[in-house]
Amino acid sequence: MSLAKRIIPCLDVDNGRVVKGVQFVDIRDAGDPVEVARRYDSEGADEITFLDITASSDNRETIVHVVEKVADEVFIPLTVGGGIRELDDVRRMLNAGADKVAINTAAVFNPEFVREATDSVGSQCIVVAIDAKQVSVAGEPLRWEIFTHGGRKTTGLDAIEWARKMVDYGAGEILLTSMDKDGTKTGFNIPLTRAISEAVTVPVIASGGVGTLDHLADGVLEGKADAVLAASIFHFAEYTIQEAKQHMASRGIEMRL
Amino acid sequence: MSSVIAVVDYGMGNLRSVSKAIEHVISAEQRVIVSSDAKEIAAAERVVFPGQGAARDCMKHLRDLQLEEVVLQAAHEKPFLGICMGMQVLMQHSEENQGIDCMNLYPGNVRAFADESLQSQMQTLKIPHMGWNKVSHKQAHPLWDEIPEDSRFYFVHSYYVAPEDETLTAGTTDYGIEFVSAIAKDNVFATQFHPEKSAHDGLQLLKNFCRWNGQV
Repeated sequence: MSLAKRIIPCLDVDNGRVVKGVQFVDIRDAGDPVEVARRYDSEGADEITFLDITASSDNRETIVHVVEKVADEVFIPLTVGGGIRELDDVRRMLNAGADKVAINTAAVFNPEFVREATDSVGSQCIVVAIDAKQVSVAGEPLRWEIFTHGGRKTTGLDAIEWARKMVDYGAGEILLTSMDKDGTKTGFNIPLTRAISEAVTVPVIASGGVGTLDHLADGVLEGKADAVLAASIFHFAEYTIQEAKQHMASRGIEMRL
Repeated sequence: MSSVIAVVDYGMGNLRSVSKAIEHVISAEQRVIVSSDAKEIAAAERVVFPGQGAARDCMKHLRDLQLEEVVLQAAHEKPFLGICMGMQVLMQHSEENQGIDCMNLYPGNVRAFADESLQSQMQTLKIPHMGWNKVSHKQAHPLWDEIPEDSRFYFVHSYYVAPEDETLTAGTTDYGIEFVSAIAKDNVFATQFHPEKSAHDGLQLLKNFCRWNGQV
């Protein structure tokens, strides 16, 4: 098997700037998205994901320009998520130069939107982002549910069933974030990642919690993820993408070096 | 007098990525157009035929826009680069969407990755085949210039071409099975992977195409 596992740096973009919140609160400025994307590309990033966290709809258009500028000079796959609510949003992002669009909250409120989007632009363009949080207590079998609004609202949907349903509806990939782990730097939620990855036929991107290079490798080796996503360890230059790839390769993972 | 590279626009796929990547590698006298106009495509010096999505929609759009003929004509007479779905629809028939007749430039089918080939591995392989995989060169070709054997390119697809004529095979890739990831014949080169999304080696392949005289 020669398909490489992927490292995907994630840029949270607010109002045209890269930021990264710790558990969605403490936001620090991390730079110009075009510069950051260019650096990641040159370090060997396998893809880049932008999450638009701009709250005000007045500034929504900003992300389109960010995608256009990045797509003009960075020739690796680009995914855009955040605020994707209708087919027109999907088309706008793809036309701006995105290769994939991540749908999160809108899928929860209107699952048919995922079907409509995949019918229209193809499964390969549609990533369904799942924010899951553990709801079982100690002693119970592990169970996770889907949360929306940055982890503040539960939906009562079982995460594994939801992931399967989204694949039935055409999702070409699942971006899985553990709300319990996000921002903690204590590693991916391995049981969750593995459960979802083994439950679906499409690739799964693990997200939320990376603090060390071993965490990235664990996501693949133990969590069975096809790709790993991280933000802060790359933004603040704790590690380069190339260091991360070398480390994963040294643990026996097939990588594009 | 500029020489034109036409990227065929039939509403399937990310044409901006393709045209921007080509713009990045063309020489000063070359120019890229994205066009759904048969006359413009016919007048171009070379043609890029991209594509994403489903075979059914792809063939429908080509026919609705009356572009099938001009694309086939280009594939017979000038440097021609098919990408992803733009490679698959050059074949006779696709298994996708319960069976779709394609452009029939080459005998052979487009097949789905079968469950048995994917289950036989240590771990179930995911579909789509998505990410960076190695391409092994099966013939010397100007489009492989300065691209090392087994370089990685970016793939995203659930179907692959199985040409009847084995001499068409220009590159292969391993994903549970060894499948044909590039074909070449006369003035045509086509790839299952996306050179426009494959960083340095992808740009090199596009650059090679822009300088290719269409001869092997």
